[in-house]
Amino acid sequence: MTETHIEVRERTLASREPVFEVRDLTVSYSGVPALAGVSLDVYRRAITAFIGPSGCGKSTFIRCFNRMNDLIPSASVDGTILYHGQDLYARDVDPVAVRRLIGMVFQKPNPFPKSIFDNVAFGPRVLGMKDGLEERVEKALHDAALWDEVKDRLKEGALSLSGGQQQRLCIARALAVEPEVILMDEPASALDPISTTRIEDLMHELKREYTIVIVTHNMQQAARVADMTAFFSVEVGGDGRRTGVLVEYDETPKIFTTPADKRTEDYVTGRFG
Amino acid sequence: MKEVVIELREGRPRGRVPGRLFLAYLLLSVAVGLVLLGWLLVDVVGRGFAWVDATLFFDPPSADPQLAGARPAILGTLYLMGLLVAFTVPIGVGTAIYLEEYARKDRWYNRLLEVNIQNLAAVPSIVYGILGLAFLVRGLGLGEVLLAGAFILGLLVLPTIVIAGREAIRAVPGSIRDGAYALGATQWQVVGRQVLPAAAPGIATGTILALSRAIGETAPLLMIGALTYVPFDPTILGEFTALPVQIYNWTRQPQEDFKLLAAGAIIVLLVLLLAMNAFAIWLRNRYQKRW
Repeated sequence: MTETHIEVRERTLASREPVFEVRDLTVSYSGVPALAGVSLDVYRRAITAFIGPSGCGKSTFIRCFNRMNDLIPSASVDGTILYHGQDLYARDVDPVAVRRLIGMVFQKPNPFPKSIFDNVAFGPRVLGMKDGLEERVEKALHDAALWDEVKDRLKEGALSLSGGQQQRLCIARALAVEPEVILMDEPASALDPISTTRIEDLMHELKREYTIVIVTHNMQQAARVADMTAFFSVEVGGDGRRTGVLVEYDETPKIFTTPADKRTEDYVTGRFG
Repeated sequence: MKEVVIELREGRPRGRVPGRLFLAYLLLSVAVGLVLLGWLLVDVVGRGFAWVDATLFFDPPSADPQLAGARPAILGTLYLMGLLVAFTVPIGVGTAIYLEEYARKDRWYNRLLEVNIQNLAAVPSIVYGILGLAFLVRGLGLGEVLLAGAFILGLLVLPTIVIAGREAIRAVPGSIRDGAYALGATQWQVVGRQVLPAAAPGIATGTILALSRAIGETAPLLMIGALTYVPFDPTILGEFTALPVQIYNWTRQPQEDFKLLAAGAIIVLLVLLLAMNAFAIWLRNRYQKRW
């Protein structure tokens, strides 16, 4: 790869082909909004980061893209998320089909209590991708930069891997079903700095083929990996309710050097209060 | 600095005596249970061991204690256990899966179901016996047969199996479910391929412990008419007896030898029971998951 990350970023954003178009999205738990009025576009084969303080609803937001919030009975989603123009929350859309196209990696590595091979093979198996399973698993592990470390012990339990390896295994697991989008909810927050760097390098590799959305607490991480950054904050209403809102969404360098909103500037310069 | 050293070596923090008394009380509590159980074991083994022989295992009961065995009772107990597993495991595990994975906790009927199951686990076994007599033996006209006994013992331990199953299922972390759902698995696949395999050892352990409770139950079986003198091998739809019932019967005989024979049968029952519990513990340790 001779291009620098910055060149890639410029080329990526020049096309600006939206995968998701979010319009006026509000997510409520038991009727109380946790996140309100969010509108933004997520671009193809770019890394989009959501940053903001705890409780700003960024994790809630990312779970809307693959309808994981459906699993929480008290959660309700209003507004629209268009995925290639199709409303993800339309009545006839099956959330199981959505999750097959839009994969997810979680904050804490969550390998299944099975062998390394079976972890990666789980997705293809449940989706009926029976042909060439071994090649598929190998490719996913290669793409997640884990193959060389585990190729001799695919039958061993996944829980014997280190935390960083477990997280890359979870990424491999997500890649094995060939999604178009990968959502990452603070994928490196439970990892040491070296593992974190490996995950970030991996993200740079993956965005050649995948659209990546990442939630992160770590501003430096957003600055390092993201093409686009959305800053979320918490608004406290008159009744004391705390609701997450989107403050600013722009190209990452702009968010970190010349933000338009005072709140963004305070946050990225560490003067958040 | 000298004072500090002296304080370290000679100072006695207050609260030591109450602490020691408390520890003594705790040890005493443990000792009561252990000593009583040990005494019981020594007494039973000492009196009954000589009577644990081939006659006890392979011969039917008799009016002569020297010739009397517990073959029909042992077979009856084994049949009961087999039928019990066949009834209760599918129903109990099914209920546990429904309550943990499918039921919406905010619905009143699910909460009612939960409270009900917990209360059922506390109902005295004799009440189950009466229920069995009224509904199975007489109501359904099943008669005083082994199948009715298995049903009743099944109902008796079902709540325990449901509760143990739920605990095992609940112990599977939500992150495993999330991970499977995020790959596009359906609920059926998540439950069948991730949750149940991970919960299986816990479910098995709970089931065995529930069974070992059922194996010693006497009251409900007497209630539905487990005969105390059964000289023939039991059948599922025939009259039957079970080990605890046989023991109960023998202890009521006037001859001293029958009491010793009862002690022998108690040893058999205890060994069976301890073996089951040991298997449950082994299973739990062998497959204990580290998340």
